[in-house]
Amino acid sequence: MPAPLIEMRGISKSFGAVMANEAVDLSVAPGEILGLLGENGAGKTTLMNVLFGAYAPDAGEILVEGRPVTINNSADALAAGIGMVHQHFHLAPRLSVLENLLIGIPGKSGRIDRAGGLARLAEIGHQHGLTLDPDLPVSALSIGEQQRLEIVKALFRGARLLILDEPTAVLAPTEVDGLFSALRSMAAQGLGIIFISHKLNEVRALTHRCVVLRHGRVTGRVDAPASTTSSEMARLMCGHEIVPPARGPSTPGAAVLTLDGISTSRHSGMALRDVSLSVRAGEILGIAGVSGNGQRALAEVISGVRAPDAGRMTIAGKSVSRFSPREVQALGLGRIPEDRMTTGLVTNLPLADSMVLPRIGTGAFSRNGLLRPDAIHAFAEEQIKAYDIRCPGPMTRAGALSGGNLQKALLARELAFDPKVLIVSQPTRGLDIGAARFIHEKFLDMRARGCGIVVIGEDLEELLMLCDRIAVMYEGCIVGTLDSADATIARLGLMMTGAEGHS
Amino acid sequence: MSVVLEQIFQVGFLAAIIRIATPLAFATLGEMFSERAGVLNLGIEGIMLLSAMTGFTATSLSGSLWLGVLAAVLTGALMGAVHALFTVALGLSQHVCGIGVTLFSSGLAYFLYRLIFGQQSVPPSIKSFETLPIPVLSDIPVLGPAVFNQFSLVYMAMAAVPLAAFVLYRTPWGLSVRMVGENPRAADSAGVGVIATRFQAVILGGALMGLAGAFLSMVQFNAFTFGLVSGRGWVAIALVVFGRWDPWRSAGAALLFAFVDALQLRMQASGLGHIPYEAFLMLPFIFTIVAMAVMSRNAVAPSALLKPFRREER
Repeated sequence: MPAPLIEMRGISKSFGAVMANEAVDLSVAPGEILGLLGENGAGKTTLMNVLFGAYAPDAGEILVEGRPVTINNSADALAAGIGMVHQHFHLAPRLSVLENLLIGIPGKSGRIDRAGGLARLAEIGHQHGLTLDPDLPVSALSIGEQQRLEIVKALFRGARLLILDEPTAVLAPTEVDGLFSALRSMAAQGLGIIFISHKLNEVRALTHRCVVLRHGRVTGRVDAPASTTSSEMARLMCGHEIVPPARGPSTPGAAVLTLDGISTSRHSGMALRDVSLSVRAGEILGIAGVSGNGQRALAEVISGVRAPDAGRMTIAGKSVSRFSPREVQALGLGRIPEDRMTTGLVTNLPLADSMVLPRIGTGAFSRNGLLRPDAIHAFAEEQIKAYDIRCPGPMTRAGALSGGNLQKALLARELAFDPKVLIVSQPTRGLDIGAARFIHEKFLDMRARGCGIVVIGEDLEELLMLCDRIAVMYEGCIVGTLDSADATIARLGLMMTGAEGHS
Repeated sequence: MSVVLEQIFQVGFLAAIIRIATPLAFATLGEMFSERAGVLNLGIEGIMLLSAMTGFTATSLSGSLWLGVLAAVLTGALMGAVHALFTVALGLSQHVCGIGVTLFSSGLAYFLYRLIFGQQSVPPSIKSFETLPIPVLSDIPVLGPAVFNQFSLVYMAMAAVPLAAFVLYRTPWGLSVRMVGENPRAADSAGVGVIATRFQAVILGGALMGLAGAFLSMVQFNAFTFGLVSGRGWVAIALVVFGRWDPWRSAGAALLFAFVDALQLRMQASGLGHIPYEAFLMLPFIFTIVAMAVMSRNAVAPSALLKPFRREER
């Protein structure tokens, strides 16, 4: 066995009272793809930030090819041959591909070395099948291409170890295949790769070995991921068995939400073109698609944030005329937006305020134009108990809550008023398995009580588990709707790329 | 109006445009460098005034014009460093610190001027730069005497525009400046020192503002007065937006503003006497507001403008 490319020994790092990493050992050999598994908050990202120099470890040492090194910042990490592809890309959208590559690279006689950069870009593209147009601005690239640019950027700087932090979270199924073949090609040429994920099937398909973290500690090492079962790995990750909730049969009632020929003009992102759909009471409709294909516009129209240019919408049989959030809410629509932190709630105000915000003007929370702080407080307290939202109390600053608890709070806020229709976007993105499970159970619960639910998502496994029917969006259109009994990931994946239409 | 139109194509009028545009071009380029790196510098008005004062004083005491220019540039760079200390190193509000720098610099300029020169019935003046005709080029009819028979600081401004474009778009440092202004985290993860780059850009910007001040007190007026800058710094901030943070467009914006300003000066003088002269004075500013309103609809500021950078913050 060759000497490890990188070895981390006894790494510990704490933030205040929280132990993010505790005595973690980890090594990667040249040509090896190491999986780093763990739930959110298990310490994967912290560990990699230590390796990349963003945090200084409290204890432990890092060895590069057997020699101890000190990594104080990203420049040190790059010099040691460590490259990182962050979950949120570190790119400047208005600069060109080449400019994003050449940042921090010394020029030639005082000028940017454009010719040298182009040659190197072509060489890397040829080696691993990672081609990019050098003069396009980054904002013109798809998410998959931006990720490719991040990988090229690391290779460009001579990285021999590449860290990828949840790289597949943003990709369509077909793009995942492309990424995996590039990673395998890099490993075959002697690079070391650390692949961070909580998706078990991906880790099993790609990695040679994997390390499982829980509560900052290594709780398992798997030497042959391909021949280890997913449930065994899930047990190592969570510490207990995870049983997915079962979706029982249901008897859908009358349509509670219908869209008929809805079109929007392009403001930001993809516009809708002639979208029609209907959701019945007691039914969950999934909207699948690669992000950026009109899902945001659809969610905004349904929640009354944006008025369509053409088309009709009804909620519980009543036609929506003005398209204001207040109107659709009065008709019985509940909404959980995609971005919890910016459109979901007000992070700097107490949690209680955010929990009553959509209904702040109603009699429940205000009277004669004055707020009723006691009623607001009591409502929040009640919901915190009912949904087991972990926080010191209703007056906690909302931004201080974890993602899972915020999502529970938003869910509580909408469900407390018994909506007839619920629209949710990316309901479990960034949540760990336990919190996601809780959210799923609530959805199925609402379905049993006759609520119609629209789930916009990219995680096809989740949609297949939750939904009765799945519609696929591509370039602002619904290209097909499948009963989930007929739907498979492969088929949905194909429809998401616009390759197959089906109605 | 035909009187006005005739005057536009006169040598004197063209020369006036160039003279008015010069300090604006320096100031606009200075503000542009600062903002491209993500730092709004509202200290510009005060920095120009203080630099005008130190430049004038150095010349008046030493007799050397270039020593005065050097003093003004160093003053501008120093005040740029002060602004960067508060906004970049300490990450404080760029608006508040900028206004603070303007108030402090203006106050300091008045104070030092009184301390050095006292109260005098006739304000002291210096012997200004003389025009420096460029051989051959200055013989071109109309354009030659207007553009190529100017002061050396004017030629410096003309050279500064392509130089700024070269530095910003063709050098690694310029790329770093643009990157820290767009996405400092990306620059940081590529090993570029965000704090250092921002400091350098704000200091360079301050030095250019210093040149603008020097031109006012040492070429345009040959004296220092308290109303010397009179809003030119604020105009430069608008011109940066108008010029979409690009050196060439910013210089173009400065020329356009100078054209309107020169025009209103002529209109004041050209016998439209029944209109109060204040109405003409307003013209360039009305022009700026309208131009801003029209152009800024599509203008996109550097993404990280106004945002301080701290590494451990997630």
